Parts: sequence; C-alpha cells; structure tokens
Amino acid sequence: MSENTNMIKKAGITFSEEQGQLLEIAESFSRDKAPIATVRNLIESETGFDKDVWTEMVNLGWLGIAIPEEFGGSGLSVAEVVTIVEPMGRMLLATPLVSTTLAAQLLLNAGTTAQKQDLLPRMAGGAIAALAMHEEHGDWDISHVTCTGVISGDTVTLSGIKRLVTDAKVADTILATISIAGIPSLVAIDSGSIDSAALQRETVIDETRRSYRINLDGISVPATNIFDAEKTAAALKRYHLLSCLLLSAEACGGTAGAMDITLNYLNTRRTFDRFIGSYQSLKHTMVDILTDLEAARSFLYYAAGVIDTDEGEAAVRMAKAQSSDNFAYAGDRAIQFHGGFGFTYECDAQLFRRRAFWTANQSGDAIYHRKRLATLLLD
Amino acid sequence: MSETLPCIEAFKKEVNQWVTKNKPAPPTFLMPQSFMEVGTDEQFEYLREWQEKVYNAGYLGMSWPTEYGGGGMPEIYQDVVNKELVAQNTPFMVNTLGLNWAGPLILNMGSDEQKKAYIKKILSTEEIWCQGFSEPDYGSDLGNAQLKAERDGSEFVLNGSKIWTTLATQAQRMILLARTNTNTESKYDGLTFFLAPMNVDGIEAQPIKKLTGEHGFCQTFFNDARISEDCIIGKEGGGWLVAMKTLMFERGAEGGQAGGHTSMPVTVEEVAELSKRVYRDGKPANQDPMVRDELVKLLMRGKAMSLNGARSKIPALISERPTSIAMSVKMLATELSKSIGDQATSLQGSNSLYFVGDDYAVDGGRWQRTYFQAFSGTIGGGTTQIQKNIIGERVLGLPKK
Repeated sequence: MSENTNMIKKAGITFSEEQGQLLEIAESFSRDKAPIATVRNLIESETGFDKDVWTEMVNLGWLGIAIPEEFGGSGLSVAEVVTIVEPMGRMLLATPLVSTTLAAQLLLNAGTTAQKQDLLPRMAGGAIAALAMHEEHGDWDISHVTCTGVISGDTVTLSGIKRLVTDAKVADTILATISIAGIPSLVAIDSGSIDSAALQRETVIDETRRSYRINLDGISVPATNIFDAEKTAAALKRYHLLSCLLLSAEACGGTAGAMDITLNYLNTRRTFDRFIGSYQSLKHTMVDILTDLEAARSFLYYAAGVIDTDEGEAAVRMAKAQSSDNFAYAGDRAIQFHGGFGFTYECDAQLFRRRAFWTANQSGDAIYHRKRLATLLLD
Repeated sequence: MSETLPCIEAFKKEVNQWVTKNKPAPPTFLMPQSFMEVGTDEQFEYLREWQEKVYNAGYLGMSWPTEYGGGGMPEIYQDVVNKELVAQNTPFMVNTLGLNWAGPLILNMGSDEQKKAYIKKILSTEEIWCQGFSEPDYGSDLGNAQLKAERDGSEFVLNGSKIWTTLATQAQRMILLARTNTNTESKYDGLTFFLAPMNVDGIEAQPIKKLTGEHGFCQTFFNDARISEDCIIGKEGGGWLVAMKTLMFERGAEGGQAGGHTSMPVTVEEVAELSKRVYRDGKPANQDPMVRDELVKLLMRGKAMSLNGARSKIPALISERPTSIAMSVKMLATELSKSIGDQATSLQGSNSLYFVGDDYAVDGGRWQRTYFQAFSGTIGGGTTQIQKNIIGERVLGLPKK
C-alpha cells in the first residue's frame, strides 16, 4: 500500500486525500449515471447493469483501487473503495464492483503468485469476478462448505451447488469456496469451464441484482487454480470483514437514499391542509433515522481506517450491525410514510427496502454481529 | 503572549504531575454528577475550592484572553488539561454555567466593560452564575418568557419568576431573559437579555426538591427588583438573538468554553464492568446472552458518540449536513446517560430496589440516581422532543407547519 501523505487523523477516524477526492467524484458520477428512471430500466434488463457505465468505472481506475501497482492497480486500499461504494448505494447503482474488489483481495491474501499475475491485472482492467460462497444451508459462516473438490493428478473435480452467485453470467472468473479433504478451500473457476446449463438465474429480493445458481457437478479445473492452502483460512476471515465493510458502505448510502425520497415526499405531500412533514410523528422518526445514519457513517469511516489493525474486527462489526438495522428501518419507514402510494410497485420506497434486505442479510445481520461484538467487548 | 509556549509533551507531563499531587481527596458524600445536583453547602464548597485551585494553577480559561484573566494560549493546552482532569477522575467545575455558556457569551457579544467585570471572576469562582430562562408556565417555549422588566430611567424593575435556576442560592450573577416590551408584533422582539446581579432587594431564590429527593434546582422570585440598564448584553429588545447564541454554547454546538469538565461522566464501559459484579442464574450477568446484547447496543451508542465527534472535524465527511452532528450531541448524550442509568440499575437484579442512602445500594445508589438525574439533561436546555423538532426543521428542512 502506498503511503498517504495527506492523511487526516481524528481520534480514531483517518481520512485520506484520495478518499476525499474519490468521494466527491463518486457522488456526482452516481447521481449522473443512476437517476431512478435508469435504475428502473435496468431492472428490466438482462444483466442488471449498464456495460458502458462499467467501462467508465474501469477507465476511472476504480476496479484497481485496492490492487497494488505491480498488478496494474493504483495501490491504495479498501478504505478508498468505501468512498465510492457509499454514493453508489445511495443511487441504487448496482455493478459487480464490490464482488470484483473482494475477489481481488482474496487473491492478494491467498492466491498463488501465478494466480495473482494472471488474474489481478485483468480485474484491474475490468474483468468481472463473481463470488460463490453461499450454499443451500443459508448459513452465513463461509467456512460451512458442503461443495467438494477432489484432486486427481493435475485437476480438481468439483461437485455440489453454489447459490446466490451475483453476476455469474457476465463473470470472467468465479471464486468458489469448496471443501477439499474436509478443509474449506478456495478455487478459481474460469467462466469458460461452466456449461450454460449449469447456470440458472434466481429470483432475488433485490431486483436490481442478478443472481445465479451454479451446479458444480462435473466441472474440473486445473489443480493450480486452488489457492494457497496455508493462507486460505486467514484470507477468508479477512474477506468476511471486507465484505461487511463494503456492505456497510452500501447500506449507509442506501439509508441516505431512502431518506432522500422520504424527505421529498414529506415536504410536498399535504393532508388536512398541512405538509405531512410537519407532523411530529413523522418528523421525529426522520430525525431518529438521521442520527442513526450519522452513527453508522462514523462507524463506517472508522472501520475503513482500522480494518487491518487489532481494532478492525470490532469496528467492522459495529459498522455492519448499525448500518444493517438503520437501512432496514429507513426503508420500512419510507414505505409507510408514502401512505397508499407506498404500497404500490411504482413507489421507489420498496426498491430501498429490498436493497436493505439484500445488504443486511449477507455476511451476517445486526444480531449476528452483536453476538460476536459481545465476545470482543465483554469477555 | 510573548514568551514561548511549552512543548506539548512536556506540558502533558507537567499537568499530569500537578493533578496527581493536587487532586482533592474523595469526599465523604456521594459525589454530585453535575452542577445541577449540588444540593448542600458542603458539596458546593468542596467543588468551589477545587475550581479555584485549578484556575490559580493556570489550568482553566487557558485560551481566554489574558486581559480578562485568561491564559491567552492555543486551545490545545486546555484540551490537554481537560483530558488529564477526566483521566484522573477529578471533580467537575462547579461554575459550569459561567465557564461554558455565560463566559463564552460575554466574550462573544459583551462590551469591553462587561468582559473586564465578569470574565476573571467566572474563572476564579469569585462569582458563581446561574441562568434565568425557563418560567413556570413556559418551559421549552423560551420565546414566550413573561418575566417583566419595566424601564424606569436608567433602571429596570423586574417582576415575575424564573424556574430551574440551578445554584441560584449560591450565585452572584444570573443570565436573565426578560420581557421589556409587551406590545411587539413578534413575541421575540420584546425580549432583552441581562447580566443581572443576584444580591439585589426583591430577588429571592428558593431551592426546589428534585425527583431524586435532593436539592439543587431553585425557583427565583423577582418582586420590584431594580437593576441597572448597564446589565443589558446585546440590544434592548434584542434578547432573543443573545438567548439563541447562549443555547449554542449550552448545547455545545459552538466552542469557546473555558475548559474543565462539567460532569462526572458515567460511561458505557462502567456499565459493562458492573455487569461482571451482578448476577443472573448464578453467573455474572455479562454471561447472559440477552444482557450481552443489550450491553453491546449500549456500548455502540457510546462509541458512536465519540466517533461522531471525530468525524465532525473532517469537513468532507459532514459536508452534506454540516450541523447535523453538532445539533444532535446534546440530545444523544443526555438520552445515553439516561439509558446508562436505566440499564445499570436494572442489571443489579433485586438490589436495584435500593436507593441512595441505603448501605446495601450498589455503588452507593449511584446508578439509580444517574437515571433520575439524567432527566435534567433530556428536559433541560430544550427537551429531546423539542430538539427533534429543531433538527427536523433546521437540518432536514422539514416544514414547521
């Protein structure tokens, strides 16, 4: 990681000049590229995202932010990625940026030299990576793996079914957790080795996303595609925290987005000769959502700065717990405060509530993280 | 100041040594948690002596101008002192109101004569200040204050009463919002702000017994009390503006305070610690899954408060709603204090039934008192509900009507 020379440090929160610049650019980029009408149109599309927008993001260097310069990235950190994911979340701009970023981190932490040299420059250049971590059991524990790989000579033969693999159809590479001799392992699967019949589209709660089920039965990949076994457990642990961090960023953005549409309605809709925003039951609730969002953003930027330190785990779990609950509440109230209109598909409030389920219920919800925080903070 | 400033590291060491050597022995009474709880002369004198000592050592008002009795140094030195005073669990500064809102107000809006007359005495405790804002019939609706100040030559004649005038029985001065004109179109335009003396015929302070059973608050009565027009700060009829400025200081939304802490903080960490000394099902309560979850939620609220403070100093991270964090600090901090008292009390199991005064009360009944006392924060200075109106309207832009 390159040294940030102009870093602001304030009692726990660090913020780099690069983060400041990226935040500003990403805010206007997201507003520009994802007005709600565009989001609605993309829901109807095959891939769920605009290839041209993706290309622009690649050209801005966003896919290589946290990839070292030697592999074609800009050598910053995931903290800088946080500052672009947050505004994207606010506009419901769905792209494979998060999964590709997380895949690159897995490679950096546990990939072999050959894997890194092959895949990282491609990812920095916009090759999409998908993550196959979920299985039938629905357990958030990523070391709970039932899909298997059997090594025979130079190849490893896979079996089992992976679920909820987002953007699998457009991915260049899919990183999957598989159990090899009972040990959770990581393997890179080239999309070319997956038969189209093995890929089945799923219907998911967040319609801005594209998700697939992958039947691994019969797929064989070179044994050299298996990640460094000694580094895999630690890499998966870090992956879990990074995933939580980026989901928290998305949730903070989404909370702000849900607030935007709700505030707009409260300031324009009248009942009984008053703007509904003047009623305290609505006004006070919006203030609760605001103060919760402020807390979540503070946790988020704190966590972004300390993720790779001793404080990292607690910081990230606090961010995830806070942001998950906030976004759910902001989305829930967004629907309720739109009254009858809120009950319709046409009202955008449901989009945010669906996204809130999507971000909260990956990598552990608020209770899941508070349980782990209790161990970290109380014992 | 012409002399060179001490290096921070050396200064930290010096302060640490001074506080270690000079901090007062623990009192024989249960320490009040803030100036609003000071109910006896014994408590008051203990605290007053401490503030005087800190000021005489040069550790209070360090960034206030030297010509008025301050230290004329950069704020960072006072920050060092503040941290050390908290770290060593020293008593709070009893002239809270003078140091934190009357003083900054006078420095900000007062005349040179007023600064010369009042600032140094605020620091030295020679003059204790109280606040005459709320009235029995008008609580959070400050703009409706009705205490009458009628002009008579160069004097004003005061009639009416003010409530929640904390420390009024000990105070020499009061910041007072009074109605000098009853015939204005807007209720706000008839208000004038005074820096009023308390030792005047016709001003009488009576202690009020609080919900905790202790004294601390007062009601102050004005019967044909005469004060000079020189007591006005700002303009006659311009009191609302001054009052709003005062509230900014009171709520911590604006800086410039003299330093020192204002309360014996109760922290979320102490509740976590308490959970190890109290029991559920034969085991320390911190092993009960449901208790654990509640404790984590509380710890997160505490952590969020401090991180909000850090984040609010990074402009890029508060650019969209720059006042949001500052305007909600008072509300969040006071609600958190109340939750701390509530949770810490309930943690004690059947021992939570004791109260201050019983030998069996856990920690002297401190947590029970914390809970009840915390209402002074969630009600005083504008209730939580009023704060939500203000934040909703000013930060989120929601309509008033």
